[in-house]
Amino acid sequence: MRSSISDYGAWLLQRIWLPLTVALIILILFAAFVALIGQSPAEVSGLLYQGGFGSAFAWQNTLLRASPLILTGLAVAIPAQAGMVMIGAEGALALGALAGAVGGIALQGAAPHVVQAGVLLAGMLCGAVWVGLSGWLRNYRGVNETISSLLFSYIGIALLNYFVEGPLKDPDSLNKPSTRPIGDNNMIGNLPGMDVHYGLLIGVLFALISWIVLTFTTSGFSLRLIGGNVRAAQMAGLRVGLWVTGAAAMGGAAAGLAGAIEVAAVQGSANASVVSGYGYTGILVAFMARQNALAVIPVAILIGGLEAAGGMLQRRLDVPDAVVLVLQGIAFVVIIASETLRGRQLFRLTPVAAKAGGAA
Amino acid sequence: MKPIGITRPVATGAMALEILGLSKRFGDVAALDDVSLTIPAGGVHALLGENGAGKSTLVKCLVGFYRADGGTILLDGREEAIPSPRESSELGIGMVYQHFTLVPSMSVAENLVIARGSLPAILNWPAERKALQAFMETLPFSIPLDKPAGALAAGEKQKVEIIKQLYLRRRLLILDEPTSVLTPDEADEVLGYIKSLTLSGQLSVLIITHKFREVTAYADDVTVLRRGRYAGHGSVAALSVEQMADMMVGGQLSRSENTRQARKAVADQSSRLVVENLRAEGNNGLEVLAGIDLAVRPGEILGIAGVSGNGQKELVEVLIGQRQKSAGSMWVGGQPYSASRAEQLRYKVNSLPEEPLRNACVGTLSVADNMALRNYDQVPLARAGWLKRKALRQQARSYVETFRVKTTGIDAKMNTLSGGNVQRAVLARELSHAVDVLIVANPVFGLDFHAVAETHARLLAAREAGTAILLVSEDLDELLELSDRIAVMSEGRIVFATAAEQADVRLLGHYMAGGHERGETTA
Repeated sequence: MRSSISDYGAWLLQRIWLPLTVALIILILFAAFVALIGQSPAEVSGLLYQGGFGSAFAWQNTLLRASPLILTGLAVAIPAQAGMVMIGAEGALALGALAGAVGGIALQGAAPHVVQAGVLLAGMLCGAVWVGLSGWLRNYRGVNETISSLLFSYIGIALLNYFVEGPLKDPDSLNKPSTRPIGDNNMIGNLPGMDVHYGLLIGVLFALISWIVLTFTTSGFSLRLIGGNVRAAQMAGLRVGLWVTGAAAMGGAAAGLAGAIEVAAVQGSANASVVSGYGYTGILVAFMARQNALAVIPVAILIGGLEAAGGMLQRRLDVPDAVVLVLQGIAFVVIIASETLRGRQLFRLTPVAAKAGGAA
Repeated sequence: MKPIGITRPVATGAMALEILGLSKRFGDVAALDDVSLTIPAGGVHALLGENGAGKSTLVKCLVGFYRADGGTILLDGREEAIPSPRESSELGIGMVYQHFTLVPSMSVAENLVIARGSLPAILNWPAERKALQAFMETLPFSIPLDKPAGALAAGEKQKVEIIKQLYLRRRLLILDEPTSVLTPDEADEVLGYIKSLTLSGQLSVLIITHKFREVTAYADDVTVLRRGRYAGHGSVAALSVEQMADMMVGGQLSRSENTRQARKAVADQSSRLVVENLRAEGNNGLEVLAGIDLAVRPGEILGIAGVSGNGQKELVEVLIGQRQKSAGSMWVGGQPYSASRAEQLRYKVNSLPEEPLRNACVGTLSVADNMALRNYDQVPLARAGWLKRKALRQQARSYVETFRVKTTGIDAKMNTLSGGNVQRAVLARELSHAVDVLIVANPVFGLDFHAVAETHARLLAAREAGTAILLVSEDLDELLELSDRIAVMSEGRIVFATAAEQADVRLLGHYMAGGHERGETTA
């Protein structure tokens, strides 16, 4: 029951040194890349900070981007509790936007709050079904959920494109095919005193509630059992199929909600602009947050800041804003690689070759 | 069949093997203790024994996976140290495993050639093919060289595994349950081929098997191991199946009678757990439970004996909710039962599956969480869906104390505990509350002496308290010591049932070894 000094040391190593080392490696690799394209790493880092967090304007920019990232991060982190790696948030977001727009158009004439609720609910429902399908397929047909969710994602994006350019196209949207608008008076407004829409609050609330449910309720416990050891969960009598499908659907609901918010707060209608990579960046957010629903919020803000700074890099240094994508990519690979070190005794890694063997 | 590119052992033909006083210890456990056996050149020697008897330890010493602690291995009369698998194959010892080692997507020819290990950077395929063709012509049957290995039938695959050993010029072949994935006809074909190879003096064979039929049909001599020790030996022609079974389970009846404690007679009540015509499929889609009928009364331990792989594992999985049944029914206290969480709680059905860390615990969660697996959603550990962490931790502390679980704390991850303490933690969880039905499988596998005694005592205490216990075990001694009745499972059926006091070990061994008349019994 007592934790000795050495236990505390190990804990410190895990919680403090590992993340610090990881951050350092990411910075070194990124600096090397920046130097390679002929820029000063110090200057680029400074601009990244300035563009993301250096001014009130930068913060607004950052939070606008963080809002969908929180939800798409949850779309990965919630199914991960049940042991799934779902990467199909982009498609669920696209379909959530489409369903949200359809819902909004169908409710035309109702009170703005009713329309807004309809848009958001339709988006959530549609996203839930879309990702829930991957969970269902995994449990009942043995289909790998990572692959199926990615492929479903492409289908979802294609469906959005088909409908906004075909059956649901607004004849007035000439240069940018869109659905009919849900109406200016039905748009979700900004948070008081900020130039950031209410979507941020919705995302934060979704993350908080998810975290509370996952941490403090028996449902969260059941999901952890399934994520930790399916056989033990079966022995405990849990209906694994329902839980797995349900967790996938909850993740999908978050992504669908992100799409619906893009429609109700930014675009005003569903169009191809909602598919801008938030779903994929959400994977990075979830992994950096170690699939913790609460940690998704700060990580989403951090990544949102990096994305916001991309434009400034482009303007000031005349480098492509893809530099930010390179940083994200480096961070993702290093973080994933560092996961294998977690829980091991650092600095005393046993050689893998020692266990090799086998008949010729 | 001219060898290409590598040096081969100079000697050819069957190798004589002599093992003298071989011993191997793992920590305090003697896995192999002073075992000797002799195979003349061209002989077929069968190695019999229950699971954990030391067969695979012996074989692993021969192929160089383990180094023996004591004893001598003589090959063709010369003493040889076999420090690694590489030396073993250079000496001409080959091994054929229960499961296939062919690369499914590669052709038979490619599989044979890559098996050589040391290959030149560029293969001269025309020359290789010619050599292979010439080699195949020496075989009594044809295997299509260009077919992908994955497209071959199971019997053909196993033949290719054996051909591979011949191609590599192995002179002593060790077969580890080579027919367990084959149909009886395929088994006869493969073993018949091997027999012909030994008769023509190309090979000596050491075969591990559970099937007496194969021993009597194909082996010359047999050695029986029991708990790491030599338990008997003889010429197959001079031994009956009953004598071999007796050696295997080992005339322990008298000892068991002595250790059976005085116990309450089983009350003449109606059965608490009833299983009717239960059928289920294995992972490979084949039927592994072919209609099981059994019934357990309150305060009774029904032991299920059997050689591993006869459906016991799947029976337990169905009963505890890890596998779907395909037909039949389960009843607890007269009510239909499907192992759902609600039913488990209502009818107080708990379980101690084998390998608790794999089947009954979440290794990455804490000891406290694992101890709450059965009641985390019940008052007082939860109210209205909210976990009560304090109560959960309180329960864990009391379990750790009562069952003397050695752990650094209740927050330690479950997978940091030793095997015995994982078992104690699971015992605490499953037996701290009143239990009406308990499903138990190989509960002491891998545990030390104290943990074994403690586990057995807890099971007997539960029995005295009126729990109906189904105990599946591969250890006949354990069953004889604990059970009130014993049933034998073979090929997915209950083939024999008897009261434990009157159990005839020879008869049990006979039925375990598959010596039944395709009959079915109810336990």
